[in-house]
Amino acid sequence: MPSDSIDIRYVATLARLALTDEEIAIFGRQLGDLLGHVNALAELDTASVAATAQVVESRNVVRDDAPRPCLDRERVLAAAPQRQGAFFRVPRIIAE
Amino acid sequence: MIANIEKSATQIAKEVRSGDVSAAEIIEDTLAHVDSIDGTVGAYLTVLADVARAQAVRVDERVRNGERLPLAGVPLAVKDNMCLEGTRTTCGSKILERWIAPYTATAVARMLDAGAVAIGKANCDEFAMGSSCENSALGVTRNPYDLARVPGGSSGGSAAAVAAYEAAIGLGSDTGGSIREPGAFCNLIGFKPTYGRVSRYGLIAFASSLDQIGPLTRTVQDAALAYDAMAGFDVMDATSIDRPVEPTAGALRDDLRGLKIGIVREFDTKALGDDLDAIYSRAYRDLERLGAELIEVSLPTADYGVATYYLIAPAECSSNLARFDGVRYGLRVEADDVQTMYERTRAAGFGPEVKRRILIGTYALSSGYYDAYYVRAQKARTLIARDFERAFAQCDLIACPATSCAAFEFGAKSDPYSMYLMDYYTIPMALAGLPALSVPCGWCTPAGGSAPMPVGLQLCGPLFAEKLLLGAAHAYERATDHARSRKPMLESARA
Repeated sequence: MPSDSIDIRYVATLARLALTDEEIAIFGRQLGDLLGHVNALAELDTASVAATAQVVESRNVVRDDAPRPCLDRERVLAAAPQRQGAFFRVPRIIAE
Repeated sequence: MIANIEKSATQIAKEVRSGDVSAAEIIEDTLAHVDSIDGTVGAYLTVLADVARAQAVRVDERVRNGERLPLAGVPLAVKDNMCLEGTRTTCGSKILERWIAPYTATAVARMLDAGAVAIGKANCDEFAMGSSCENSALGVTRNPYDLARVPGGSSGGSAAAVAAYEAAIGLGSDTGGSIREPGAFCNLIGFKPTYGRVSRYGLIAFASSLDQIGPLTRTVQDAALAYDAMAGFDVMDATSIDRPVEPTAGALRDDLRGLKIGIVREFDTKALGDDLDAIYSRAYRDLERLGAELIEVSLPTADYGVATYYLIAPAECSSNLARFDGVRYGLRVEADDVQTMYERTRAAGFGPEVKRRILIGTYALSSGYYDAYYVRAQKARTLIARDFERAFAQCDLIACPATSCAAFEFGAKSDPYSMYLMDYYTIPMALAGLPALSVPCGWCTPAGGSAPMPVGLQLCGPLFAEKLLLGAAHAYERATDHARSRKPMLESARA
């Protein structure tokens, strides 16, 4: 298993999570500890074992491609932090 | 005569159906009790007094119209990660502190259809991540058997509510032990059905390959009643299982004759100290006394359960919680560009444990580490499930501890990994998708403790063996009756 220490800043960027310097120090140490524990999984011989994503029978679920009632748009938009007409409003995405 | 609040769900439903008492009276008594003690217990984040009164009136009307409601007038605590239309649904998180659910979870809707009345939304660890309720950002919940101790978690509010007679049934969700552990800590039945048995539509997702809804109750009969009302296929949950559900409430057993019960060689209870060792040894002997044949089974990979779980669950959590981005619902912290808005919103909205798990999961799924961590954990999961398959080729049920200790004091598990180990005995069953429950099996006074605390025996069955599992738990409960030998500290709570 990989043993190099975690680049918490990089992971936090991937997770879209702003962290303080203090959090980076604490989480870095705690995640390092946890990885020390989970590295025990390397003891298991899994070479010929299939991965399990879900334990119980699963199948593809499809339905007819037909309109049906859904949540009322106004009710859904009412929960938005900011809206504009029938849209969710967000800050600038592309720099000028 | 037993007070309304102390009646079992089964008794309440029977009396309401027969007209001996009205749902309105039951709910009024429950609300008055909640009003008097919940300031101390802290089971609920939101009490739905007016909604509950209106629901109770409707239940009484339905009963008068001849509807045979299996849960008529039963006061219900709903964990606050399940949606109830028009009410605040917070997940114990600041990011959803003011979010009003626009629809109702299927499991909740089925309970209400069956006549149950929602008293309130119960506290939980933030997004169901924790084993003590201490990770809630919105309130403290205390164990009704010792107010200095945690109720367990993550379904700690639902457990405390039922233990303190603030509801007869609590709905919880179990991802790694979040129903069974608080059940054990609060002297309750905590029942996690087979993965996929109960619809999760409207349950706010934590780890989708593990999450399962189930009841917390004071009796096995009540757990069976709740399960019968909730279980079954739901077109709104693509992972719910489309196969017939056997009713359980009418099929409970009084003995264990003819059953083989496996005792797990690797779970040596001597390691838990003399008190717990004696309690579990006696519990196993009681199973034998009731007619079961005890055999030793082996779960060699179960010891890797916690390590496996703390890769798989955070990986799924990091993906599921990506939806909380300040755009469609919940908190937003404004910024000039969208990336900074996401990062600040999530920084302000999530607490430390949720951040930790998002970081672990993001790391385990990131390029270069995916195979070494996530895929390896999924393979370990296969081995754990195979261990159970082999064991269930030899036995009908497995008996083992629910937890490694009784309820602990606030702040006792400040190191994250020590908290993760609280689910040591419940995680393997969750990874294998199996039905399992905790049932009270004795009392022990922890070192430095002031009161005897409940201890839970865990019973686990093969996939879809709910009827057998509840039946056996009922036989054990009936013969031992540990749960009713002590009462919660409610008198002192009132004072």
